[in-house]
Amino acid sequence: MEEKEEKRKVEMISAKEIRDKYLRHDMMPHIFCTGCGIGNVLDYTLWALEKEGLDMDKTVFLSGIGCSSRLPGYIDVDSLHTTHGRALAFATGVKITNPELNVIVFTGDGDCMGIGGNHFIHACRRNIDITVIAVNNYIYGMTGGQVAPTTPEGDYATTAPYGNLEPAFDMSEMAISSGATYVARWGVKRPNQPINSIQEALQNKGMSFVEMMSPCTTAYSRQNRMGTIEEFWDWYEDKTILAEDYEKIEQYGSEEEKEELEDKIKVGVLHKEKKKSLSERIQELIEEVQV
Amino acid sequence: MIELNEEYCKGCNLCIEYCPRDALEPAEELNEKGIHPPVEVEDRCNGCRLCELICPDFAITVVEEDEEED
Ligand SMILES: Cc1ncc(C[n+]2csc(CCOP(=O)(O)OP(=O)(O)O)c2C)c(N)n1
Ligand code: SF4
Ligand code: SF4
Ligand code: SF4
Ligand SMILES: [Mg+2]
Repeated sequence: MEEKEEKRKVEMISAKEIRDKYLRHDMMPHIFCTGCGIGNVLDYTLWALEKEGLDMDKTVFLSGIGCSSRLPGYIDVDSLHTTHGRALAFATGVKITNPELNVIVFTGDGDCMGIGGNHFIHACRRNIDITVIAVNNYIYGMTGGQVAPTTPEGDYATTAPYGNLEPAFDMSEMAISSGATYVARWGVKRPNQPINSIQEALQNKGMSFVEMMSPCTTAYSRQNRMGTIEEFWDWYEDKTILAEDYEKIEQYGSEEEKEELEDKIKVGVLHKEKKKSLSERIQELIEEVQV
Repeated sequence: MIELNEEYCKGCNLCIEYCPRDALEPAEELNEKGIHPPVEVEDRCNGCRLCELICPDFAITVVEEDEEED
């Protein structure tokens, strides 16, 4: 009964209360360009924190460098703004030395898959109990729009004026194949699914990865002619397909439907698995060798 | 009833485009920041709160009618 009332209270909380509780109003308005989705990733994270009821005195945010990596600075919480690509190395240290802390990392596609790619695969492999929220805008936004390892083939960037020749990494697939135990991907246009996924990621006792496909309305949009802000936001809607629907079409779809899948991006909870995290195993070992 | 923080709003118009009730429209006049911020169309908002969530800038809030009084 009490629990039920607690839940209802969360649903009734107003956006103003959320903002006053978690946002550092002294840092606002934030630096993100008009129509950039990074602010939404922050908003959805705040809702997930509230729904999960995380104790902010036992929570630490970390990030590397990039527009997306600016996010922890807007939250009224202890945070570490580290060097480019290195947030996961710092996060590993924080979680292993202070296992009672909730450790949450904001990163970008360049930060996570480019310069930080090695830290990323090994954090997944080790299944450290942390939550990683990655803003994938297919580009190095902050530095003006260079190619990232996630930039789709053929896309334009300041370092690919004739179109990108390199094949792209799929961040979520990389997380799954490297050993992460909760992986979800969503676009920013629909708020509720990402809020739920971030909450599930916080609950998972292992490496959780939530990829947020988010429009860079300046560096990416200008070079790839994505149109108005609204057109760019809608593009994600056309480009994505629910993982369940994807699989159904793969199995039972017509040839035509199957062909259409080729340039679709799967969204949804893409992977879930129960596996003991390295941080927990280290704690167990410490207890064992101490007696 | 909609409340706007004009200091935070960057005029992306996403709230206007995605409001299912066409309850918002761009202001006729440019504001100090050089944008047309959203203004409420009378008697249309159903309080669904989508605009709050879709706003990238934490600028728009739905307030209950009785909340305003205090
Ligand atoms: C060691 C180092 N190399 C390069 C840079 C320049 N740099 C700053 S941000 C950035 C790319 C960030 O891309 P991403 O993580 O995708 O973030 P976004 O801005 O797109 O959100 C680069 C290359 C740096 N700060 N440090
Ligand atoms: S440069 Fe791109 S990613 Fe960075 S704030 Fe602007 S729109 Fe967002
Ligand atoms: S609360 Fe819903 S109906 Fe009201 S203005 Fe916002 S989006 Fe429109
Ligand atoms: S979505 Fe937010 S920032 Fe964009 S116009 Fe509406 S209130 Fe302003
Ligand atoms: Mg990027």
